[in-house]
Amino acid sequence: MAKITFITSDNETITLEGTSGSVMALAVDNGIKGIDGDCGGVCSCATCHVHVAAEDMDKTGSASEIEADMLELDDNVDEFSRLCCQLEISDSIDGIVLKVAK
Amino acid sequence: MSISLIKNKTCIVIGASHAGVNFAFSLRREGWEGDIILYDADPFLPYHRPPLSKAYLTSEDGIDKNLLKSEESYAKEGITLNLGVYVKSMDRKLKHIILGDGSIQSYDKLIIATGARPIMPSIQGLANSNNVFPLRTATDVSNIRSAVKNSANKEVVVIGGGYIGLETAASLKKLGAKVTVLEREERILARVTAPEMSTFFQNLHLENGVDILTSKNVIALESNNEAKIVRCDDGTSYRADLIIIGVGIFVNKELAAAAGLDIENGIKVDETAKTNDEDIYAIGDCTFHYNPHYDRYIRLESVQNAVDQAKVAATSICGKETQYDTVPWFWSDQYDVKLQMVGLSQGYDQVIVRRENNDNKCLSFWYFKGEILLAVDAVNNAKAYVYGTKLIKRGEIINKENLMDCEEDLKIAHLISPIIG
Ligand SMILES: Cc1cc2nc3c(=O)[nH]c(=O)nc-3n(C[C@H](O)[C@H](O)[C@H](O)COP(=O)(O)OP(=O)(O)OC[C@H]3O[C@@H](n4cnc5c(N)ncnc54)[C@H](O)[C@@H]3O)c2cc1C
Ligand code: FES
Repeated sequence: MAKITFITSDNETITLEGTSGSVMALAVDNGIKGIDGDCGGVCSCATCHVHVAAEDMDKTGSASEIEADMLELDDNVDEFSRLCCQLEISDSIDGIVLKVAK
Repeated sequence: MSISLIKNKTCIVIGASHAGVNFAFSLRREGWEGDIILYDADPFLPYHRPPLSKAYLTSEDGIDKNLLKSEESYAKEGITLNLGVYVKSMDRKLKHIILGDGSIQSYDKLIIATGARPIMPSIQGLANSNNVFPLRTATDVSNIRSAVKNSANKEVVVIGGGYIGLETAASLKKLGAKVTVLEREERILARVTAPEMSTFFQNLHLENGVDILTSKNVIALESNNEAKIVRCDDGTSYRADLIIIGVGIFVNKELAAAAGLDIENGIKVDETAKTNDEDIYAIGDCTFHYNPHYDRYIRLESVQNAVDQAKVAATSICGKETQYDTVPWFWSDQYDVKLQMVGLSQGYDQVIVRRENNDNKCLSFWYFKGEILLAVDAVNNAKAYVYGTKLIKRGEIINKENLMDCEEDLKIAHLISPIIG
């Protein structure tokens, strides 16, 4: 079980709990604004871009090579960027804070 | 229309798949306060279609693992989902639709998101043969999965070497089937890509033990107790336990046509996805729409188009200025190869092929018409896909010499550095 906090571009803070699946699926199921997940989670659309809070980066790790390339579609990419369809929900990411990219 | 005016209005959506579902949620987000009611003949909660021929086919997951949105999210947004309900017709004068059981539902705004259905070719013996499957719905996948499981020989013939046929071939191979693909054209993906790409995918399948045979026009299907024989017009024949049909789609435009809406290669819509009726929009695979970037009317079969038109229609209905103006993109996964495509390559007069680090599995195909970059197909090369997207959107002039130079890493600055001389 993991608690995950999303901060949307309207500065709304929403904390959700998940047990399995990807963070993208959790966000889509709960209507988190700004996370669309159009490709269903196969790293093809980059519509699930989040910025991980700096202190949570060691929990999530950084983007894989293809993920990092795809993130470049968005001009707002930075070193904390991840495509959250590539983040699996597990105890080890409990408590992370994600800012939804604009 | 101001927000206060849309409070007591009803928006009906025919078709609850990528286009219809994304539309419903976007409409709510844009401020529509009235009813939003979706109808779909498919009995399952709306699901992602692309995985059906890819990871979902090889998994044992139920469709509940592959949903567009959770069941609760419809209720939460006040979106009514009527599944397993066929819409028979519509009446534009009375502004209502008629359901399969004859009941009537009125609308203020109507969205047609009826998508497409697989073509079942008129091959002799096909219509009354068992174990012949198209691949478009969750039900098709369950049928294919159980036919493969129950077959001792697991010999599969795929008719049609387009993306769906090829992906299905790769997935069934993974499930332990012996797969042969029969393609009518001289090469696979002939309609959509350069010959070099066709060759790449043909070889990829060969390496993975799937035979792709081209110039094979299937004319008849014979069944006996034990198996089927697929006959081609060149006299060859192939044994099969099951057959997958992947020869393309028909647009579901009959409802719209019967109601007198403008139809060409699909339901004709303007830049806001509106039909020639003020109160009726059409979105997704069923539309024939204008693409400003390529300055022509097109029909697309892609998630990108379904989702983007859904957003445009929702915005427009809520009275905001909007225009559909995107560069199309698409992906396909076969074996361990990820293909990503951006742009429309039709009309190209030159293709430049790049191979990164001498890696035969990391390629990109750049399609030009004169100096204009039309499209990029990227094989295991997300960087090329991303740069291609940016350069096409910006309308940049590419330094082709630099693009051809595979010794240099792919970099935007290098690709657009002025041509000397
Ligand atoms: C196997 C497969 C793999 C694919 N892979 C990719 C891919 O990798 N990338 C990509 O971008 N795209 C892919 N696509 C294409 C993509 O799935 C479609 O572009 C997308 O589904 C279009 O969405 P849509 O809502 O417009 O139409 P559809 O998905 O066709 O949905 C239309 C819906 O309308 C319903 N309907 C139609 N008529 C009626 C009626 N009269 N009454 C009630 N309901 C009705 C149908 O039941 C259907 O559910 C793939 C498609 C398939 C089948
Ligand atoms: S959902 Fe498409 S890249 Fe994450």
